[in-house]
Amino acid sequence: MHRTLGDPKAVLVLLGPALLVYTLVMLVPIFWSLGYTVMDGNALRGFEFVGFDNFARFFQDPTAMETLWFTVRYALVLTVLQVVVGYLLALLYVFVLRRSSSLVRTAVFFPVILPTVAVALLFQRMFELAPTVGPVNAVLDFLSLGSIDWLGESGTAFWVIIAMDVWRSMGFYAVLLYAGIVDIPDDVIESARMDGASGLRLVRSIVIPMSLPVLLSAIIFSVNGTLKVFDTVIALTNGGPGTSTTPLTVYMFRASFQYGSYGYGSTIALMLAILCLLVTLFIFRSSRRDLTKG
Amino acid sequence: MSTTRSTRAARRVTPFIALAGAGALALTSCAGGGGSDDSSFSYLGQTQNTAIAGNLEDLGAGACATAEEASPLSTDSVDGTQWDQQMQLLAGQSGLSDISMAAGTPALMNEFIDAGQVVDLSAALEDLGVADRVLPAADSLIKSLYGRDALYALPTELNIEGFWYNEQLLADNGVEPPATWDELVDAAATLDAAGVQPFVASGQDGWPVTRLIGNYIARDLGADALRAVADGDASLTDPEYVAAAQAVSDLGSAGYFGPAAGSIDGPTAENQFLTGGGAFYYMGSWALAAFNDEELNQIGADNIGYLPFPEVEGGAGSVMDVPANVGIPVMLSQAGYDESSEAWLQCIAENYGDVALEERGQVTGFVTESDVEVPELTATVQQTIAEAGTGLLWFEAFFTPEATTVSQTNGGSLATGQISGQEFMELVEAANG
Repeated sequence: MHRTLGDPKAVLVLLGPALLVYTLVMLVPIFWSLGYTVMDGNALRGFEFVGFDNFARFFQDPTAMETLWFTVRYALVLTVLQVVVGYLLALLYVFVLRRSSSLVRTAVFFPVILPTVAVALLFQRMFELAPTVGPVNAVLDFLSLGSIDWLGESGTAFWVIIAMDVWRSMGFYAVLLYAGIVDIPDDVIESARMDGASGLRLVRSIVIPMSLPVLLSAIIFSVNGTLKVFDTVIALTNGGPGTSTTPLTVYMFRASFQYGSYGYGSTIALMLAILCLLVTLFIFRSSRRDLTKG
Repeated sequence: MSTTRSTRAARRVTPFIALAGAGALALTSCAGGGGSDDSSFSYLGQTQNTAIAGNLEDLGAGACATAEEASPLSTDSVDGTQWDQQMQLLAGQSGLSDISMAAGTPALMNEFIDAGQVVDLSAALEDLGVADRVLPAADSLIKSLYGRDALYALPTELNIEGFWYNEQLLADNGVEPPATWDELVDAAATLDAAGVQPFVASGQDGWPVTRLIGNYIARDLGADALRAVADGDASLTDPEYVAAAQAVSDLGSAGYFGPAAGSIDGPTAENQFLTGGGAFYYMGSWALAAFNDEELNQIGADNIGYLPFPEVEGGAGSVMDVPANVGIPVMLSQAGYDESSEAWLQCIAENYGDVALEERGQVTGFVTESDVEVPELTATVQQTIAEAGTGLLWFEAFFTPEATTVSQTNGGSLATGQISGQEFMELVEAANG
């Protein structure tokens, strides 16, 4: 086997087709897009070289800064909520529900597989104020707290998007972190219990440190996913009201295909890629542990 | 350090990747090409607009049977909210259908014209001897829309806009149809106090609200006021222009558009008006199809009145100027223009007006010879068109695609009074670079 797999020609033949597809589908568009960042125009008008104008424009564009701030804010809040809620659920599964957790796990996981647009429509109806009063506003009216135009104001729209995403993804993170917690050897927990640790002390000193690798993986996974949010926002608010809930991805999409500036759109995409890279590097550096050793 | 076999293999593969990357960078400035299928006469339209496809199919079954036999019609549709994006992509690949709805924003349409993607219809209709089949009013509207001397789109609709009002609701509250803007605001106040929602508009679509701004500007500053902005002689942030946006924002802050106006979409607004949920509904005459539909219209077609956009006291514009447009007209692609397309074009020019009026009660920019009886509202529209002065184009007509998007996405915020006229105009002006 070593003879076959060690032979460079064999490696090329086995890897070649997959590598070709990967190069064509992943790498070529990336470099192509990189080329667009120093150009201006679109497929119809043609392209002209403009140097670093697009980058200068990005940093002076108030809408771009607004979308950048929204992206960062959204990623931070959602990651914290997703991981915390997921972790709490995982603890629930392991320590409270134990064997009977499979039904609850499945039920909570169910929203993960629902189509995003369907969930967005659901939340739109739940939080609507006109033409009919939705359930949330009906409850608020019942409690004499007054109705709120949830999706009509940027502050409340932000929280509706967060609520929708947490509801959708907490099941996934719960299952992911459940797998990490279940991995902790039972005898470690038993001996900790015998030493008198229970409840919060147990979680803080034993469970969290021992499930740290999975926790960090979940955080990285979450941050990367939330920085690139697109379908949730489009389906729920379409970036509105105005551009107050527009993330970088939606702005990039609009700049490229609606305003016809492929160059500027590619620049925004590059900024987003750099942001993701910086955040991931930051998390890796601050963990400072070899995640495989645990 | 000894290099292993796998490192050597990797070293051989790395240059390949680098070459591919460099090649991709070099190819960046190239655009792709495409083709069109010639065995059929292909039509691409918006899913939300079934009238054009329906009329073409009726033509194929009737007056244009010969053209249909030579080159059968095949229709396809795409969602309207992504229309301009789709058209851009198709045009970039030279993949436009033989006949399709035109680009939504005139700026984009002009890019198509400059790139030679669209047939010059003035010349084409002249060659076919049917140039007189297009109404002069429609012809001049389209030409001024794209700022060209030749016709590049067919007027498959000729619409006027104005306030359609629920006569019953006004009569019940002792309100006379207002003739000036101030009277309109007073009427709204009276209706609001009586618990009737004064205005029904789709804040989510945005444009029903921004239309009011454009029309106010035309009434206050004259019919050329928005052209002046496009030519650089005036700015949207000039006080007179801001006053128009502020007038609409004031309506929003007073709550005259109803609660959560930003969440109301087009069909919901129409339904709201047709079930008696509001008094004034600013809309174009393409809504007549719904008004004349007895199932949709629960307040009765004879209960709906037409009110031209009121004049602004002391304004330079005339109330005889009517906001008019040709909907999204229809264009023919240069790439697919062959003999069969010519036959279809000739047949369309000669018969489209009649078919649209007879089958759908639609008023188009084509000359009609039909003397079919039309519903009362359609007759009102036809009469208004006949008596109209200048046709006024809409607020975003001369904006860039970016400014159009900014204007429409912030229209809802105006309807809820969340942003002031000044803020709105600054946003739009900034995007109109």
